[in-house]
Amino acid sequence: MKQVARLALTALLFASGVAHAQQGEIKVGEINSYSALPGFTEPYRKGMELALKQINDAGGIKGKKLVVITKDDGGKPGDALTAANELVSRDGVVLIAGGFLSNIGLALSDFAKQKKVLYVAAEPLTDAIVWSKGNDYTFRLRTSNYMQASMLAEEAAKLPAKKWATIAPNYEFGQSFVAAFKEILSKKRPDVEFVAEQWPPLNKIDAGPVLQAIDAAKPDAILNATFAGDLVKLVREGNTRGVFKDRAVVSYLTGEPEYLDPLKTETPEGWIVTGYPWYAIDTPEHKAFLDAYQQLNKDYPRLGSVVGYATVKTIAAVLTATDDHSTDGLVKAMKNLKVDTPFGTVVYRAGDHQSTMGAFVGKTTQKDGKGIMVDVVFKKGADYLPSEADAAKLRPAN
Amino acid sequence: MELILVQALSGLASAASLFLVASGLSIIFGVTRIVNFAHGAFYMLGAYVAFTLTDRFSGALGFWGGLVAASLIVALLGALMEMVLLRRIYHAPELFQLLATFGVTLMVQDIVVLIWGADDLMGPRAPGFTGAFSLFGRLVPTYDLLLIVLGPAVLGALWLLFHRTRWGVLVRAATQDRDMVACLGVNQKWLFTSVFALGVFLAALGGALQIPRTTVTHYMDLSIIVEVFVVVVIGGLGSVTGAFIAAVLVSELNALGILVLPKISLIAVFLVMAVVLVVRPYGLLGKAERGVRASAGISFRPWKPMSQWERIGAAVLVASAALLPLFAGNYLLSVGSEILVFVLFAASLHFMMTVGGLASFGHAAFFGLGAYGAAFAVKFLGAPMEVALLVGPLFGLIGAVVSGWFCVRLSGVYFAMLTLAFAQIIWSIAFQWVEVTGGDNGILGIWPSAWASSPRGFFWLTLGVSVVGVALLRMLVFSPYGFGLRATRDNTLRSDAIGIDRKSVQWAALLVAGTFAGVAGALFAFLKGSVFPESLAIPISVDGLVMVLLGGIETVSGAVVGAIVYKALAIWLMSQTDLSKLVLGAIIVLLVVAAPKGIVGFIEDWRHRRPPAPNGTGPEAAGKSGTVGIAKMEAAE
Amino acid sequence: MTTLLDVKGLVKSYSGVHAVRDVSFAVRPGEILALIGPNGAGKSTCFNMLNGQIRPDAGSIKLAGEEVVGLPPRTVWRRGVGRTFQITATFSSMTVRENVQVALLSFHRRLWSLFGYAGKSYLDEANELLTLVGMQEQAERPCGELAYGDLKRLELAVALANQPRLLLMDEPTAGMAPKERVELMRLTAGIARRKDIGVLFTEHDMDVVFEHADEVMVLNRGQLVARGTPQQVRSDPHVQAIYLGDGLLYDAKHRKETVQ
Repeated sequence: MKQVARLALTALLFASGVAHAQQGEIKVGEINSYSALPGFTEPYRKGMELALKQINDAGGIKGKKLVVITKDDGGKPGDALTAANELVSRDGVVLIAGGFLSNIGLALSDFAKQKKVLYVAAEPLTDAIVWSKGNDYTFRLRTSNYMQASMLAEEAAKLPAKKWATIAPNYEFGQSFVAAFKEILSKKRPDVEFVAEQWPPLNKIDAGPVLQAIDAAKPDAILNATFAGDLVKLVREGNTRGVFKDRAVVSYLTGEPEYLDPLKTETPEGWIVTGYPWYAIDTPEHKAFLDAYQQLNKDYPRLGSVVGYATVKTIAAVLTATDDHSTDGLVKAMKNLKVDTPFGTVVYRAGDHQSTMGAFVGKTTQKDGKGIMVDVVFKKGADYLPSEADAAKLRPAN
Repeated sequence: MELILVQALSGLASAASLFLVASGLSIIFGVTRIVNFAHGAFYMLGAYVAFTLTDRFSGALGFWGGLVAASLIVALLGALMEMVLLRRIYHAPELFQLLATFGVTLMVQDIVVLIWGADDLMGPRAPGFTGAFSLFGRLVPTYDLLLIVLGPAVLGALWLLFHRTRWGVLVRAATQDRDMVACLGVNQKWLFTSVFALGVFLAALGGALQIPRTTVTHYMDLSIIVEVFVVVVIGGLGSVTGAFIAAVLVSELNALGILVLPKISLIAVFLVMAVVLVVRPYGLLGKAERGVRASAGISFRPWKPMSQWERIGAAVLVASAALLPLFAGNYLLSVGSEILVFVLFAASLHFMMTVGGLASFGHAAFFGLGAYGAAFAVKFLGAPMEVALLVGPLFGLIGAVVSGWFCVRLSGVYFAMLTLAFAQIIWSIAFQWVEVTGGDNGILGIWPSAWASSPRGFFWLTLGVSVVGVALLRMLVFSPYGFGLRATRDNTLRSDAIGIDRKSVQWAALLVAGTFAGVAGALFAFLKGSVFPESLAIPISVDGLVMVLLGGIETVSGAVVGAIVYKALAIWLMSQTDLSKLVLGAIIVLLVVAAPKGIVGFIEDWRHRRPPAPNGTGPEAAGKSGTVGIAKMEAAE
Repeated sequence: MTTLLDVKGLVKSYSGVHAVRDVSFAVRPGEILALIGPNGAGKSTCFNMLNGQIRPDAGSIKLAGEEVVGLPPRTVWRRGVGRTFQITATFSSMTVRENVQVALLSFHRRLWSLFGYAGKSYLDEANELLTLVGMQEQAERPCGELAYGDLKRLELAVALANQPRLLLMDEPTAGMAPKERVELMRLTAGIARRKDIGVLFTEHDMDVVFEHADEVMVLNRGQLVARGTPQQVRSDPHVQAIYLGDGLLYDAKHRKETVQ
């Protein structure tokens, strides 16, 4: 009913076409796949709301209230662009942020370049967004595909395994992750060979045949980049078929509560994963975040919550860093901007616009019927990125 | 060798649930002729309800009982939908029911998130079937074995039901000729409802049986619905055994195919369908569709070109649209441009659907080809927008030449499904050929020339192109060619007997539609500044269908109105609420019930309300008794 | 006069069942020839072979000396064969006149024109044809709301649009009131005589057959068993047997066999 009332109200506003900018407000736009991927975006939104509340409770941006207008992109790049257009042209936001899917991130970054507006990419993992298709107006927060691939490859190199098999969803995300992992691991361990690969379609894995095919190649270790429903199918089927027995498994993103929690009693033992062990991080900055989050939401945070929180923190930081809220001013301020996040202070590198946010690597295990990460190590993002000078060379000239 | 055997066994297990869902769809279509888009939604509901029940009642009885109870509950929901919604629209034009079930699908997607939350849910394993047994030194899950047995068991049970019960015999009779069954004094209403409930039961059971294998998610309906359609079509519409064979074929090809080509899953099922339909136009066990268009045309009001006043009215509307940039903001203008692009896209689909009687489920292929064509021209040739806007339609045209050559051999739903297969094959090429197309990351930086780069300029450009496009299409409708095309739609027997070459005429219709869709796609690329495989994907095709049906399939230019209403609504709801699917779905369902002939059809009916035909053989009488329908079917043999 | 249609040794069987066996006959211009026989005798199969819808297993069909076997219906039509169907086949989304106009457009090979309003093409010719069959007053009506008898007349007009030399009419009066039947056949006969068109029709109503046909052919179990003037045929004991006693019994038995 509230929803309907809100709709009716906005319908009126829409019809009257009133632009209502208020004094003492700074508006920013945010776009994400709220209806298509609520599993990620709901915690993400809660994280944003927490940061927003903290910032405005503390007096906003130099006395002005920070307002975040969120829009749904339905999981489609085309609709994301429509929303971006609305935010920039109609709502008059000073910058845009958000994005979960890589292709939406890229679409928004190209939009930012064309319309000359700052875009803070929150989640999209693709390396292209800061490197091969990077542009002046786009900065990315999240620890990238390449960074996490090199973190995992570092651990993989320590394993005795020589014969590897890979399973990844059949789209750019999976392909570029596997390519990066292969490249880095092969450099560290020239004796390693990749004996099998499987590319199931996203959300449509036929886990039995896929695992059977992997098993037939008799690899020593398996690299997995499937997630969500596909991951659960894979794990269940693999547990039953004993495919993971006596094999090392390196699994991308699996330690994120979004993907680890549904596994419950099926959680595999000893997989090397990247993720977010919120229960095992005892830095003061994370503890503060965790307490505040749980107080506000009666729920534990997911990785999405951290990303949402850090995104708004980034926005606040850049708006505070300069009084020139034009795009040029903001882009300038974004370079080498330091932002305090639950994962510590991150820096948006001037060379390639990538933040130095790190990631947690650990091993999966079961405790009280739930999957958790143990032996957790935090890896600093800066250590797994090419130097700024080298990274800048990966970007198109202009 | 052992590997292949074990792999084949896994394939059989995958085939089982595909078969369950597909058989339900096939039975429903066979009797009611409804293309039930909501079948995937019922599959998903089956899984969700089963999750809740098995979560609450543990133990073997709780688990298996929960599965069956969940399927029954969902079957009840299905029956309810049939009674409340579909019963009202059985007499609406063909495919209109698809629109209603599409609306329901949209609603269910949001409703499950509201009820069960957004997180993936993992149900329990099946009691007694948690382990695996060893075969040639490889472990095979016992649950797979259960599924392998279950598939043929359900097939057998259905066979008994259809051959050994009175109800089953009636259902089979209705599949052959439903008007005949009506004449036998059978209560058709309840026959339809019970068939629908059975079909939904099978879908829900298929979903419920998945919970020991995977998580329950709010997007699992999408991951199965298309595949199931394809299986039904490969098997032959209305044939349960055909669905079984097709499910096994598809699953085995996938299971064995990935041993050689690990990336084949994405496309395997569509390749199979394309090959099967080219070789056997009615699927493996299907029979030639009879009286496909029996219902179409009967209630038609002959089309007339616009009168003087209507022309003036249209000119005034176009002129006032052209004045929009003088007072509308940039956002409104780019939304306007987007709507106009889809007006042209919908009009092109409308042309082949309404004038040609060729419903397509894969019209996005030409839209996307147009978009990619334009993008290639910019990226690889460095062409300016003006040239790229010509290259795009050329791509659409070429796509139509190729797909049309295969598609015009078929008709009805088979035609529609072959277009879908073609679209999916193109989609997977765009998706996989990363070096050229950028894969799902698309091609960026396709921005308009300077003169059209402002939202205002681009709006005028799209307005001009769309108005000319729609006008040209309208002109074609009334041209001699349009008459010939309409003749092939109205009556193949007669058109053949007056010297019309049906295949060539229909092929040409596809070329026209493909080219105009290509124009729309090229414009879309420049509007968005980028191209992604989504422009080739099923949702665009479905959007097109919805626009045409919403506007009114029996009208000359209903798609224009349908596109404006649907697109504007969709964009506005997206911007206003995260529950846009729920609201949009509800609006579609309401419109379907209120205006079964579409918006424009509704308005025309209201304008032309005329006294009933002077004698008893008027369209109303014919439509009700179904005699004309039967007559046409016989004549078509 | 030369022979217009010359049929020799036509054979067609469906999975071993002979629908038509060794049928031969000829039609002269201006001649009105009826083809009768009990249900299942093979009349429709014969017709469908004549206009190219079904390909015969053997035999030849010569139209004015030229072989037409193997040609699709639309080509047979181009050679001058008009056809009406047992169940009327018309374009129900068009008006009466538009139905005729489409046929005329096709006849004049103008169907690939992309411009111009087809509803204004060949108006005079269309009106003329409609007048000929007495449908001119209903020219603007949607074809979908016509009475059955009117549909039959419209079909006749459409069938005449290509100025045919031969008209094939499959049960032209089925489903019509007795008075209408006589009218339609009188009309057809008149047109045929005037334009020298050969007419071959099948019919169940013996009154219609005996009143209008110049000659009658009787088909039974796929074979021609008699041909002659109505009087000759009527008095033929063999034909009487088919229609009155033995034939039907035999027919029923025969059918039973084929079903099994």
